[in-house]
Amino acid sequence: MNQILNVSRRRFLQAGAVAGGTLMLGVYIPALARSSRFAVDEAEAAKDFSPNAFVRIGEDERVTVIVNHTEMGQGAYTTVPMLVAEDLEADWSKVGFEGAPVAPVYNHTVYGVQMTGGSSSTWSEWERLRKAGAAARMMLISAAATTWSVKPESCKAEKGFVVHAESGRRLSFGKLVDAASKLAPPQDVTLKDPKDFTIIGKPTKRLDAKEKTDGSAVFGIDVKLPGMLVATVARSPVFGGKVKSFNAEKAKAIPGVRHVVQIARGVAVVADGFWPAKLGREALEIVWDEGDLANLDSAEQGRAYAELAKGPGAVATNNGDASAALAGAFKIIEAVYDLPYLAHAAMEPINCVADVRADGCDVYTGTQFQTIDFGAAVEESGLKPEQVKVHTTLAGGGFGRRAVPDAHFVREAVQVSKAIKAPVKIIWTREDDTRGGYYRPRSYHSLRATIDTNGMPAAWHHRVVCQSFMAGTPFEGAAIKNGVDDTAVEGARDLAYAVPNLHVDWHMAPGGVPTLWWRSVGHSHNAFVVETFIDELAHAAGKDPFEYRRGLLAKHARLKGVLELVAEKSGWGSPLPAGQARGIAVHESFGSFVGHVVEVSIQKNGRPRVHRVVAAIDCGPAVNPANIHAQLEGGVAFALTSALFSEITFDKGRVKQRNFHDYPMLRMNEMPHVESHIVPSTDKMGGVGEPGIPTVAPALANALFKLTGKRLRSLPIRPGDLT
Amino acid sequence: MIHFKVNGKDQAVDVTPDTPLLWVLRDSLGMTGTKFGCGTAQCGACCVHLEGEAVRSCVTPISRAADKSVTTIEGLSPDLSHPLQRAWLDEDVPQCGYCQSGQIMAAAVLLREKPKPTDTDIDDAMTGNICRCGTYQRIRLAIHRASEYINRGAAR
Repeated sequence: MNQILNVSRRRFLQAGAVAGGTLMLGVYIPALARSSRFAVDEAEAAKDFSPNAFVRIGEDERVTVIVNHTEMGQGAYTTVPMLVAEDLEADWSKVGFEGAPVAPVYNHTVYGVQMTGGSSSTWSEWERLRKAGAAARMMLISAAATTWSVKPESCKAEKGFVVHAESGRRLSFGKLVDAASKLAPPQDVTLKDPKDFTIIGKPTKRLDAKEKTDGSAVFGIDVKLPGMLVATVARSPVFGGKVKSFNAEKAKAIPGVRHVVQIARGVAVVADGFWPAKLGREALEIVWDEGDLANLDSAEQGRAYAELAKGPGAVATNNGDASAALAGAFKIIEAVYDLPYLAHAAMEPINCVADVRADGCDVYTGTQFQTIDFGAAVEESGLKPEQVKVHTTLAGGGFGRRAVPDAHFVREAVQVSKAIKAPVKIIWTREDDTRGGYYRPRSYHSLRATIDTNGMPAAWHHRVVCQSFMAGTPFEGAAIKNGVDDTAVEGARDLAYAVPNLHVDWHMAPGGVPTLWWRSVGHSHNAFVVETFIDELAHAAGKDPFEYRRGLLAKHARLKGVLELVAEKSGWGSPLPAGQARGIAVHESFGSFVGHVVEVSIQKNGRPRVHRVVAAIDCGPAVNPANIHAQLEGGVAFALTSALFSEITFDKGRVKQRNFHDYPMLRMNEMPHVESHIVPSTDKMGGVGEPGIPTVAPALANALFKLTGKRLRSLPIRPGDLT
Repeated sequence: MIHFKVNGKDQAVDVTPDTPLLWVLRDSLGMTGTKFGCGTAQCGACCVHLEGEAVRSCVTPISRAADKSVTTIEGLSPDLSHPLQRAWLDEDVPQCGYCQSGQIMAAAVLLREKPKPTDTDIDDAMTGNICRCGTYQRIRLAIHRASEYINRGAAR
């Protein structure tokens, strides 16, 4: 997986032809994914030095890093190029990015498909991309050494130049492009010693900030193709429903409406632009067969989940004998939790452009799941793999919603384009996006624990009830082991606190509602439960919640480290203004360790007001500290939004929420002051996109308990919960 | 035909008068810097200036812009030189970036009306603009910084 591939542009063109064209990297110019900083001319690019699939150096000195992880706000188009630039010894001011095409060489080093998720873009490329940079550096040095007739060992690269110190000669990378292009890539590469890093570890501004500040950035929804039409799709108001019949007469009478076509998931109205497509959809008359979920009701579903939780589930963890310990307990603490379905609500509503022709198919979308979408486009278009291309655009937020195992938004677009024989952009309205499913699963949790006479936990029993979004997908085998979907119990099964008798089990709730990973996945609900429940145990034991946790984390140095850091930086234990309280929570997810302290008061209207949030993270080596701080700051807003406002509920099978008025987002006036701290660490690298989410809500709930004496058993926080 | 000016340039479009300005900009004129977020004037991603005032282009029928002047993010400056754009880059504000055009256009009207805004002024002016990535803290810093740039420039 980490080998250096020889894909020099010129050689690749030949190799692509020989290999039947499945890779065809050499002829791919992802113009729409390219940074506007560097307008690349194809003929010029052909002269570039392309030592491998990840870097290209031009005679004009520009260094383009081809990034195989989608930029959706998490900073991949900046942090990933830093890895290449470091070992290349590039001049950072000359470094740009380009979104990678879809090809096996760009598959995730661990997950085996081309995708972006699991907070893995940086750690998964840490070795491969530094090697890609180092290989290019060695070839440039070799080219310079040959030019000067000196030994390569007597030369070194620095900031975009190869230098021969003895003679004082220097050649820029751009001047070496031609000579380096003729060399074979080295088989073994030497990576830099971290103590010599000049780019990695330095707070670095985003490479994509300019195009996101002048309106020139191209998201999926901004893609334009000649002759392209715009479509909206009427989908079943109940998940799983099907079109029984429809009348398109009135829709077709709307000026600008060109086609009305039935596709697998509904009826598409295709028009000259979005507005007629939307009006046309409103004029459609459709009779739906609503299917099995026509009577889905949230209250009833909650009762069904509670009923399921009464019996034993599939065992995720069983250490000691929790049942026996609970039977003879000194003091038992019990609680049940009900956490809702959540929509991802990315600012850019879901959309996809497809252009299906007799001999080819191009798909343009801000996807997190290229390999899956590519496969779907091949299947739906009926074309050969080498005739299909998926172009990754910027994504206006992803949070998991753009990595869909069934590739439905790509399938829809390909089906419509194929039917109308023209390029089409399907735009989901905000209502479509909110009501369109693929939610964070609703979860019900039943907790029982006991503390010993010293107040320490003696047994802990956690039962989770929720749907599985892995069951029935190609990932089922990897995700579901011994009947337990790891994404359902992650953050619960691996309780960090020292508890001698631990039992965690899971019930798979009945399916039907499409569910999916939602920024921090299972941790988003399990950490809320675990971190509020441990707080409850601390209270029962009469101990300080920080000290109580600390005493139980002797075997978890990194988690203990962030706990101590966040307590110190927040001034844990120091006085606060009257009417305010602090709460604390810590959690490990995606290989990183995060703690939050939240300071809160209650406003006159009974709603919580969050004043200040302090975050601490240990993610191992911090490649781009500036981006880590940004992710933690923004993560607070994302997590507070769900704690304070978010739930997707059902009545008569229909999603009740529609737009931002009833699925609200945190706004400027509600944003607390956030401080974030990074633990200096050389430990194993983890992620930063998701780990900042899970601990915000429980820290808030714990602060509210301190203030009101009320424990939150469900989210979002409702007015009556605190009085 | 409806005639209006966008970023100083005359435009004529043949659409029904109820077509929102947003879709005229995006679909008829191909100017995609202005974004679609909600379609109901709740998120601010589509914020542009109509005769200098911030409007939600997703609910502004094109008939309202007839014979008037519209400014979009593309017309704020030709070269990222507007004090807000400079401040946005200095504070490294964007994450996904999708809402940022609307944020900047809303902030531009705020700074014209209140060149030295307080935090409360910023809350009042910017609360209509949602950022799902949660860049609010940096937006606030950037507006204060842009205010400094403007006032420093004015003092010269």
